[in-house]
Amino acid sequence: MQGSTIDPAKTDLNYHHDGEAAAHHEEHPDHRLFGILVFLAAESMIFAGLFVAYLTFRVVQPVWPPEGSPELELLLPGINTLILISSSFVIHRGDTAVKQNNVAGLRLWFGLSALMGIIFLAGQVYEYSNLEFGLKSNLFASTFYVLTGFHGLHVLCGVGLIGAVLLRSFKKGHYSSQHHFGVEAAELYWHFVDVIWIILFFLLYLLH
Amino acid sequence: MTQAEMQASATQSSYSVPSTRKWRDYFSFNSDHKVIGIQYLVTSFFFYLIGGVFATAMRTELATPESDFVNPEMYNNLLTLHGTIMIFLWIIPAGSGLANYLIPLMIGARDMAFPKLNALAFWMIPPAGLVLAGSLLIDAPQAGWTSYPPLSLVSGKVGEGIWIFSLLVLGTSSILGAINFLVTILKMRVPSMGLNDMPLFCWSMLSASGLILIGTPVLAGALILLAFDLLAGTAFFNPTGGGDPIVYQHMFWFYSHPAVYIMILPLFGALSEILPVHARKPIFGYRAIAYSSVAISFIGLIVWAHHMFTSGTPAWLRMFFMIFTMIIAVPTGIKIFGWLATVWGGKIALNSAMLFGLGMISVFVIGGISGVMVAAVPFDIHVHDTYFIVAHLHYVLFGGSVFGIYGALYHWFPKMTGRMMNERLGILHFVLTYMGMNLTFMPMHELGLIGMNRRIAVYNPEFQPLNILCTIGAFTLAISTIPFLINAGWSWIAGKPAGDNPWRGLTFEWQTSSPPPIENFDLLPVLNYGPYDYGSGIRFPGEEIEDEETNMEAPPGGFMPPSESRAGS
Repeated sequence: MQGSTIDPAKTDLNYHHDGEAAAHHEEHPDHRLFGILVFLAAESMIFAGLFVAYLTFRVVQPVWPPEGSPELELLLPGINTLILISSSFVIHRGDTAVKQNNVAGLRLWFGLSALMGIIFLAGQVYEYSNLEFGLKSNLFASTFYVLTGFHGLHVLCGVGLIGAVLLRSFKKGHYSSQHHFGVEAAELYWHFVDVIWIILFFLLYLLH
Repeated sequence: MTQAEMQASATQSSYSVPSTRKWRDYFSFNSDHKVIGIQYLVTSFFFYLIGGVFATAMRTELATPESDFVNPEMYNNLLTLHGTIMIFLWIIPAGSGLANYLIPLMIGARDMAFPKLNALAFWMIPPAGLVLAGSLLIDAPQAGWTSYPPLSLVSGKVGEGIWIFSLLVLGTSSILGAINFLVTILKMRVPSMGLNDMPLFCWSMLSASGLILIGTPVLAGALILLAFDLLAGTAFFNPTGGGDPIVYQHMFWFYSHPAVYIMILPLFGALSEILPVHARKPIFGYRAIAYSSVAISFIGLIVWAHHMFTSGTPAWLRMFFMIFTMIIAVPTGIKIFGWLATVWGGKIALNSAMLFGLGMISVFVIGGISGVMVAAVPFDIHVHDTYFIVAHLHYVLFGGSVFGIYGALYHWFPKMTGRMMNERLGILHFVLTYMGMNLTFMPMHELGLIGMNRRIAVYNPEFQPLNILCTIGAFTLAISTIPFLINAGWSWIAGKPAGDNPWRGLTFEWQTSSPPPIENFDLLPVLNYGPYDYGSGIRFPGEEIEDEETNMEAPPGGFMPPSESRAGS
């Protein structure tokens, strides 16, 4: 028949659920992970916009960094970077654990990741309080604070997500090797925050 | 079982789920995509009326060269709110409303992929919109919908702050909606429907969602930096502190140029649905129209700086943006030719939906042509910031998007409410809108060419005659919404019952009841034919064969242009 490109197997009327069963959420296909990926793609565009703005400022300003910008200390942010990068591996152990139905392992590794995230944030607060420039000192200072601050906000959200997973893991049977979307979503978000930081570290500290 | 039998079994079954909704559902956090779709449409129309009142006030002021109806400061408030409301609270959410209502029905899904997220995205709009519109009572923004710094940094902190935060909320809502559309279209189609079997509305929403997801976050970035400049005293965009206002313009237009495609693509899609149904012919060039939406999205992302030809953009860069801007006319032109070939030789029913559809093509083409004109750098430098630009953008946004929304409302109103709209009032509405639109915006081309600046409350008296024409047109437009409102309100309550498929459409939304039951389909439909295979004659066994047939010699089949291009031959 002209125009018909249909696989006969797919026209079997029994592929759908009957009306009653379909009313339950469990019967719907799960697209949440794909949704999270699309969301993170959109989220990365905010950072892309801010990064390009920063790079444009660098290019169009006659002097960069603007006069009066002190050298940035690299030791503390370097350690912070190492902590955040390693936390990506730590959190992945939690994902591996839950896939083996090991909820205690999930709690251990996610707890550790949250702790590393908090240490990172504390390190950033410490760095802020010891810097010689403020938000309004010059264009570099402003971009520095807004970019790292906006990223820090994401780290905070990530810690919140990990905390939510930890809380839920205490509900009996909430996570299992078959049902652990929350774990994967928190992990994906954490990797995203990590990758953004690597780019940020390169742009703000190393390119400085 | 033959396919015809399967089709019959799928369409003739009785619906066990009740189809009626309580009125309260429409005022609550409801996750049904059909409720959300209507919430979007009604809310956005409400803001359309507010934006329209502002526009009418501006045109009243402009009837005379002096500042007499409102003072210039108030005029700035009005123009800023008019632009922002029409874009972010009318056209974009109206497109989202249509998409919410139609996508799951068209692809045979029971709801969107993330129903609660969907409701959340909608409920961000009313508070943000009311705060923005209400800012007129305290301290409204004055820097235009573009809000360029440094002007936006010195024209009042309260109004500008409200503007920034409203836009951040509306942008977030738009992003959340787009995630839903994208995932739903890609993942929730009935198994028999491939990407190339989708109704064209889904293709256009796929393209628009991509643009929203790529562009809107960059606008959010710009607004965050602008908020810091405004409220914290940084100098990202403030030249007096060493910042660069041009960076804002780039970030702003990186979103706001694609935004014009976000505003028109859903209605291109709606038009591609309306024309074949009411012309009783297959769409001409299905794949050409589908893929040209995607092409518009891609090219639309790399033309933003054509808004900045006078911002000191380097010559080589202007050349690049000029060429790509002109290239966008090619996929758009492909669509126009596809639509014209679709109606060519068809059995056209000149009802309200079709009138608005055909009207949309005719006025959109004028806006498209003036778009190619302003794409040319020398011409654009001449008309930049004049009424020529105002004329151009209203021909595409009013003539394109608003006509498209009206056409879509007339077309899908019977599906949404189960009742027909009144044709006489519909035609009156169309005639008034079409005349008002051309009377308002056509003279603005001339005004721009002879040098009248946009965004001014007082002007040189030599421009007055043409301005009076524009004002008369604007009043006509204001009046034209009255028959529509009467029609929509009265028909919703007491219109003639529509039946499931009053237009004899072939897409899935017409194969369920009107209004559809809560989970859309009792039995999910099966795709046996393409969405536009009019003239096959066997789709609806009960129909008269003359009603089914087109006046073409042989019924076409398939989607490929070779078999479709018999249109008009």
